[in-house]
Amino acid sequence: MIDNELKEVHPKIIQALLDKETDLSVEDALENEMILNMGPQHPATHGVLRLVLRLDGETVVACVPELGYLHRGYEKLAENMTYYEFIPHTDRLDYISPMANNVAWVLAVEKLIGIEAPPRAQYIRMMVAELARIASHLVAIGAFAMDVGALTIFLWTLREREKILDIWDMLCGARFTNSYTRIGGVSNDIPPDALAKAKWFIDQFDDNLTECEKLINTNRIFIERVDGVGVISKEDAIEIGFTGPNLRACGVELDLRSNQPYLKYDQIDFNVVTHSEGDSMARYFVRADECRESAKIVRQVLEKMPEGNIILDQPKKVPAPKTGIYTKMEELIHDFMIVNFGINPPEGEIYNAIEGSKGELGFYLVSKGEGSPWKCKIRSPSFCNLQGLPKLVVGQMVSDVVAIIGSIDPLMGEADK
Amino acid sequence: MISAELLNTKLKEQFPELDFEISEFRDELTLALPANNIVEVCKYLKTNPELEFIMCMDITAIDWSRRKDRFTVVYNIFSFKNNSRLRLKANLKNTDNKIDTVSSVWEAANWHERETFDMYGIEFNGHPDLRRMYLPEDFEYHPLQKDFPLMGIPDSIPLPKKENDR
Repeated sequence: MIDNELKEVHPKIIQALLDKETDLSVEDALENEMILNMGPQHPATHGVLRLVLRLDGETVVACVPELGYLHRGYEKLAENMTYYEFIPHTDRLDYISPMANNVAWVLAVEKLIGIEAPPRAQYIRMMVAELARIASHLVAIGAFAMDVGALTIFLWTLREREKILDIWDMLCGARFTNSYTRIGGVSNDIPPDALAKAKWFIDQFDDNLTECEKLINTNRIFIERVDGVGVISKEDAIEIGFTGPNLRACGVELDLRSNQPYLKYDQIDFNVVTHSEGDSMARYFVRADECRESAKIVRQVLEKMPEGNIILDQPKKVPAPKTGIYTKMEELIHDFMIVNFGINPPEGEIYNAIEGSKGELGFYLVSKGEGSPWKCKIRSPSFCNLQGLPKLVVGQMVSDVVAIIGSIDPLMGEADK
Repeated sequence: MISAELLNTKLKEQFPELDFEISEFRDELTLALPANNIVEVCKYLKTNPELEFIMCMDITAIDWSRRKDRFTVVYNIFSFKNNSRLRLKANLKNTDNKIDTVSSVWEAANWHERETFDMYGIEFNGHPDLRRMYLPEDFEYHPLQKDFPLMGIPDSIPLPKKENDR
């Protein structure tokens, strides 16, 4: 069964694939099963995901995902740098929505130190996190549609995303890899033109999203490719650790924004989108509807955003602004201490998670009272969602595997850390 | 949110012999327990109708470097019913870096345990598929151990052979 062409696949992976118990009965089963290697260089695997598939005819009998082609060892790096220095590295985890990762990291560190950002900073963070969710879902929807052959929508959703990147550009000077948040607040206040652009974006977004949806929602080719493909039940989804839109597409109402509100989400009115089918179509619908909810949140945030400081005035824990350092003694002393020794949070451990665009994005930090974390564990949603992939693809056709990967929306930067 | 008292009475009732400790830091509950009992306690936490920790969010380990019992395995579990999280911590005895797998309790534990094995070299007894998660199979180190240098170890991964070398 294993021919010479497969010598590139490690024997242990082949063994794992063959060990997979399968009680699948295939119509017109062929005499020979075939092993197909898909990725890591494959346009439809959204990065460097590699799947080794065992096929009977065109039906997938077993599937083993292989990760690690983008492993950069961020957890090791985090142990060797201060809490501040790790902020830019969080951008490179989920590189489609870097803002949300920045927010997740600083919230975790703030919880460890025991401080809370001023209200205006929290509202700004909420706004950028929701814009990041819209940007991420737009890419997910577009790439998903492109995977099953609808190319136009990808261009249209990326046009919308471009506007969000412009907002980020005005906000912090970078389109990607923003590193916008700081421990205790955000790096700079929103300039008026960025606020105006955000308002404008939200006003025109609903119509443009509807326009995008019109292209595929009634498109028979699209529906037949995704409807009823890659179904997972509620129980299985919880058991395998799905979070985010993938879990909500199975009818489970788990959204950390409403279950365990962080920032100021308890003062915002929004719905948790759920669908009950649990197939690729439902996952697409959840993402599209969540974009609308996020737009609703951003609108409320813009209305409710209070005036005030954007960073906490606590020179002992948060570096003071330069003017303070040059003119005041205490600020200078603490700035020296923070730069040289770090912020030294108390000894202890915390886990803090936010509802990222892919699911629950959490950081588990263990502090020994030193400037850098003793341990940092990234609970990345893409990693946990990918674990459910074999469950989804078994029994489907090879061509559906592409559609299912697109509907799960994994991001290898995050899955591989 | 589940209270420490409820958890304490529940565990005392079910496991009178168990030597456990519940602590609270920043409103987060941590339950430290012996590594030998991990599977039965996890099963209980998952199936008890008042607790129902049905979701395993994360499994990882901590390398304490110079402590006698060097590794601690950390489980992060979630209960929909109480909308609360719980952290389990099991100290491994220094003689062997082994602990029983909980992948029979939560399926999600499978990959998390593989990752922990990959990064810390902790072996999970009875794991169905204990391969490395990220690093190549022929890599012999476990990079998140504290004695692994940040810069890596030169030549630890052999480069692929070029065509004309063969």
